[in-house]
Amino acid sequence: MTEQEKRNRSFSSEPELEEDAEVSSDALKNSERIKGDLDGLLDEIDEVLEANAEEFVKSYIQKGGE
Amino acid sequence: MTIKKTFGIETEYGVIHRGVSDPNPILASSLLINAYLYAHSPAASGPSAPRPGWDFVHETPDKDIRGFIAPESIAPEIEAHLVNAVLTNGSRYYVDHAHPELSAPECSNPLSVVQYDLASDQILISSMKAAKEVMPPGQEIVVYKNNSDGKGNSYGCHENYLVDRETSFDLIADHATAHFITRQIFTGAGKVGCEIPGYSRSDVPFQITQRSDFFEEKIGLETTLKRPIINTRDEPHADPTKYRRLHVIVGDANLCQIATFLKVGTTGIILSMVESGFLDQKIRFEDPVRSLQQVSFDLGLKEPLQLTNGTTMTAIEVQWWFYEQAEKYVENFGTDHLGGNSVPLVLEWWRKVLEGLESPDNLEPLVGILDWVSKKHILDGFQERKKISSSDVQLAAIDLQYHDLRPEKSLFKKIKQEILISEEESNFATKNPPEDTRAYFRGKCLEKWPENIVSANWDSLVFDSGEKNLQRVPMLEPSRGTREQTENLLNSSNSVSDLLERLEDNKRDD
Repeated sequence: MTEQEKRNRSFSSEPELEEDAEVSSDALKNSERIKGDLDGLLDEIDEVLEANAEEFVKSYIQKGGE
Repeated sequence: MTIKKTFGIETEYGVIHRGVSDPNPILASSLLINAYLYAHSPAASGPSAPRPGWDFVHETPDKDIRGFIAPESIAPEIEAHLVNAVLTNGSRYYVDHAHPELSAPECSNPLSVVQYDLASDQILISSMKAAKEVMPPGQEIVVYKNNSDGKGNSYGCHENYLVDRETSFDLIADHATAHFITRQIFTGAGKVGCEIPGYSRSDVPFQITQRSDFFEEKIGLETTLKRPIINTRDEPHADPTKYRRLHVIVGDANLCQIATFLKVGTTGIILSMVESGFLDQKIRFEDPVRSLQQVSFDLGLKEPLQLTNGTTMTAIEVQWWFYEQAEKYVENFGTDHLGGNSVPLVLEWWRKVLEGLESPDNLEPLVGILDWVSKKHILDGFQERKKISSSDVQLAAIDLQYHDLRPEKSLFKKIKQEILISEEESNFATKNPPEDTRAYFRGKCLEKWPENIVSANWDSLVFDSGEKNLQRVPMLEPSRGTREQTENLLNSSNSVSDLLERLEDNKRDD
């Protein structure tokens, strides 16, 4: 089997466990970076949020399921 | 007896049709699915080509099935009136009541479940785009991966596990109940408010799960009314003399990959431990339904839950007990029957997440790993930044929008999450089946001979070779029909008649 075939095979079958998929001690992220990320998210959240929160929540109705 | 686990996950998505005065969710769901099928049908067959439908012959959600359908000639099925398609990745895409539902193909391991769960989301995202292109300007269908509308209506994300028919169902139910009540601390997708009659938003501003409000019974057959923690539907979609399918309706739909991975991975290990007779004690709750809700409401993760033996345990304590048993079990019994090399990763994340949950006052390290923690992180930050009260409607809107699948609108997407499966891998899985279950044979036959497959379901395919009567090919073993077993056969068969003949020959040789 060529290298290319090997790669294709492993890619298309069970997903490969990449090295970074292992749980290293720093996998649980440090809180400063997370706080910084949140600040960034909140800075731009108004542009993404549905314009009329009340109307949006009121009209979100899902009947029937399972 | 311990059997090789096969896993499945099926998601009903929330759907809204914007830009119309009188939205109809059934029409919107049909439109969404048809638009996808139209846009993604193979060029050779064209959008108007006949499309394999779903075959309901083995669907018996209301009773036990003990029967056994042998290969035989049958009359064509009458197609159900709602859209119901089978995709080349082995999944079923259809309108369930008033929702688009995607039942992902059978998977051999938890990592593969994550891959196909993400593929399902991708298919819904492609469907939204395809629908938008064929709709009048100003109209749009939007899909949400959540489980509640906040008004008392719920829709499910169900899991399926193949289990040994010989194992006592009561024993499975006892251990699974203890797990389902307590795993909520990492499977919860978070919710603003509470939908149990009599509770107001000021009583429960935020809870860990979407679903626990809707459960009223310990065990039973229902899925829409008086929902039970343990569902007893006996519809194995496999050899009913050997297998059951544990149909789990109590979980939340997850967006965080680790949450899906742990939800399925931990449950698979626990079911195998029960089958092996490995667990020598039982944790039984005095009032399982109450405990389910206590855990969901308990953001401090300290609530003592009353056991039948007169003592109490917290959800984390129960999970640590399961974890320790699982670690020993895997050491003794190996991982081959549980999903191979993804199992050590399940154990590792299970431990890391429980360690993280030991500090409920600082859950930030679990942002991007657990959904309820990620959602609460956004809600708390927003509330503080805007200086609004905990009952502000904007928080309910953020809750919903966390689950919006449109990449540009999804608040979940704004969080950096831990990745197990790349976008390339999940995209691949939108078209291609898992290689190590019978989904491979289903998906590849559909890809190669769409015009010759009259209908399909989980445990059989019905072929029309054009030469004689329709022929049903049963697939009663979920782990058979893999790439290894069928690739040569599929590649060397020039036609469906050829394939059917070879299958007959193989059967005679067996």
